[in-house]
Amino acid sequence: MTRILEKRLLTPVTKLFRVETPLVAAAAKPGQFVIVRIREGGERIPLTIADYDREGGTITIVVQEVGVTTRYLGALEVGDDILDLVGPLGMPLEIPAEGHIVGIGGGFGAAALLCLMRELSARGNRTTIIIGARQQDLLILVDELTAVCRDLELCTDDGSLGLKGFVTERLQQLIDGDGPGRPDSVVAIGPMPMMRAVAETTRGAAIPTLVSLDPLMIDGTGMCGGCRVSVGGEVKFACVDGPFFDAHQVDFEEAVRRNKMYVEQEQQTACRGTALEVA
Amino acid sequence: MPVKRSEKTAMPERDSTVRSHDFVEVNEGYNLARAQFEAERCLRCQDPICIQGCPVCIPIPDFMHAIAAGDMPGAATILRSANPLPAICGRVCPQETQCEEQCYLGGRFDPVAIGYLERFVADYERDQPLGEAPARPSRTERVAVIGSGPAGLVCAGELARLGHPVTIFEGLHAPGGVLRYGIPEFRLPKEILDWEIDLLKRRGVEIVCNVIIGKTITLDELFDKMGFAAVFVGTGAGLPRFLGIPGENLNGVYSANEFLTRINLMHADRFPDADTPIMVGRRVAVIGAGNTAMDTVRTALRVGAEHAMIVYRRSENEMTARVEEHHHAIEERVEFKWLTNPIEVLGNDRGWVTGLKCVAMELGEPDDSGRARPVPIEGSEFVIPVDNVVLAIGNSPNPLLLKTTKGLESDQKGCLVVEEGGSQTSRRRVYAGGDAVTGAATVILAAGAGKSAAAAIYEDLSG
Repeated sequence: MTRILEKRLLTPVTKLFRVETPLVAAAAKPGQFVIVRIREGGERIPLTIADYDREGGTITIVVQEVGVTTRYLGALEVGDDILDLVGPLGMPLEIPAEGHIVGIGGGFGAAALLCLMRELSARGNRTTIIIGARQQDLLILVDELTAVCRDLELCTDDGSLGLKGFVTERLQQLIDGDGPGRPDSVVAIGPMPMMRAVAETTRGAAIPTLVSLDPLMIDGTGMCGGCRVSVGGEVKFACVDGPFFDAHQVDFEEAVRRNKMYVEQEQQTACRGTALEVA
Repeated sequence: MPVKRSEKTAMPERDSTVRSHDFVEVNEGYNLARAQFEAERCLRCQDPICIQGCPVCIPIPDFMHAIAAGDMPGAATILRSANPLPAICGRVCPQETQCEEQCYLGGRFDPVAIGYLERFVADYERDQPLGEAPARPSRTERVAVIGSGPAGLVCAGELARLGHPVTIFEGLHAPGGVLRYGIPEFRLPKEILDWEIDLLKRRGVEIVCNVIIGKTITLDELFDKMGFAAVFVGTGAGLPRFLGIPGENLNGVYSANEFLTRINLMHADRFPDADTPIMVGRRVAVIGAGNTAMDTVRTALRVGAEHAMIVYRRSENEMTARVEEHHHAIEERVEFKWLTNPIEVLGNDRGWVTGLKCVAMELGEPDDSGRARPVPIEGSEFVIPVDNVVLAIGNSPNPLLLKTTKGLESDQKGCLVVEEGGSQTSRRRVYAGGDAVTGAATVILAAGAGKSAAAAIYEDLSG
């Protein structure tokens, strides 16, 4: 059991939890993830470790309520326990080229940049974060992210804050020399279409780019192979070989298709996940 | 005195047309009368070679004699003294290639049904517990066991019996390893597994779930930070192999590990009451013909497949599954495509499996495994229409611990290297056994390895 010490609503469907798990906090490195299970009979789902505090023995996870399990988790409150939490899983981020590193977060993927960009800044890199959302109030963790990088660039689809447009448009401007300038490496975390668009943006400019893939997983230790992805024509297990892969080598079409394997079933559980049911 | 009867006492089984739609255990077990009737067949040989066929050396004639004499607590005590997991081994051991193969009767008649009797005695004990006093550790050196599969459970149980405080670290949310995620309910009810694990806990074994050694804690930290005096590695063979043929990443293709884990561990058969789904179509092809393949194909029937088939590049004679599983599968109308080698998984424009392209094979000269090598027949390609393909072609040891541990030697296949005939790894006070050392094998071989490793650890820590 893992106790929830803090809960914050970042948007109506995006929630931040700081949970007490000293062993995971002590071992966690930027880019790794945990697997959680919320109730008996529940699914196991992977969640990126957004941040960790080794001394406090806590990690921070951010969830967007998109399915039954994220809704069960979203309904938990401070003082509640997460039934099962295991980690840290996956390989920590290894940046292909140091220098000017641009971290790109789409939607709640922005949260995953917290510990990652802090670490990269601490290593002496020049760091830029670009985050995007549909509108201003859906941009999350702006203050926290400001503190972990040199430049924070905001994008909204409706122009309510920052650049009006997608994160990839701002990225293209940087590549063209605007603002903080051309990146030496790019790391993108967010929805699959956004990561795919980032890959296409940096491909021509040949900027080393990593994306954090989040396929369906069960055990997270390489045992089931459900999370297999094709990268450069080779089959990789995202849970043990990833989650970071060379964006220019990833077969996104296959990854998107495999992530939608259970859409029909997910509709059957779509109505569930209210606070009442968890109790 | 032994009673001469040529045939094994039949095991009552549930009707195949009923059972192939549910997960209730197929074998119903002997009653007391049947058990005594069967135990009377044991010849009580002067030189009981059946014991040599048993990886944990159960004194078989002694427990046969106790059953025949009606002394069930005695039989249970004898059995448990040698095997900490009798209710499990009595159900899943390949007795026909172990104790029963050695049985003197086996030459002309059926061997004594040692496996059925082992199960009977263990189940009897479950109904009428022996009332062992809870163990109190008599020694101070704490031992860590990595993995709660058969090797780890037996090693931990033996170490506790020898007086050591023992902690098992399990990566999943529930203990049992392959006994939980791999072997289906209709062959090994989870109730039985839970009971065996509970007995170990009552003997003082501590089990910590959701901790992955090599990730959450390193092996070195077990010694340096947590103060364990020795470590047993029983991490199993949990890395599924794929064929490397086109189409393996189509939707609807599973490894047997994933297919079975979704159902056995995550209860996808109870979806949507349980949250984990599985997609099983009308026609399911399972590739491979070992015990895992049989478990998978019979599970497919139970979650709604109308046609569930085994596709195997060799013939029936080279199949590695237990005789009983094959027999049960036939009864349950599993289809068998022998000498059929899959070469491509075919899909539709939405990326879902529609068929399995295969080539017919014939048997040639023996290969490295000593079995006839299957050779493709030119121009014999054909397509089997299927909705799912499940690969049950074996597992390699999981490399997770090796990747994060210095000085732990492994061979080319990723198997941990241990001293000849023993369990000592290349690192001091680190022992290993089971599938992590041998590659995918059987529950009882893992149990045997766990047992001898416990003895070696005991001796090492006594020195």
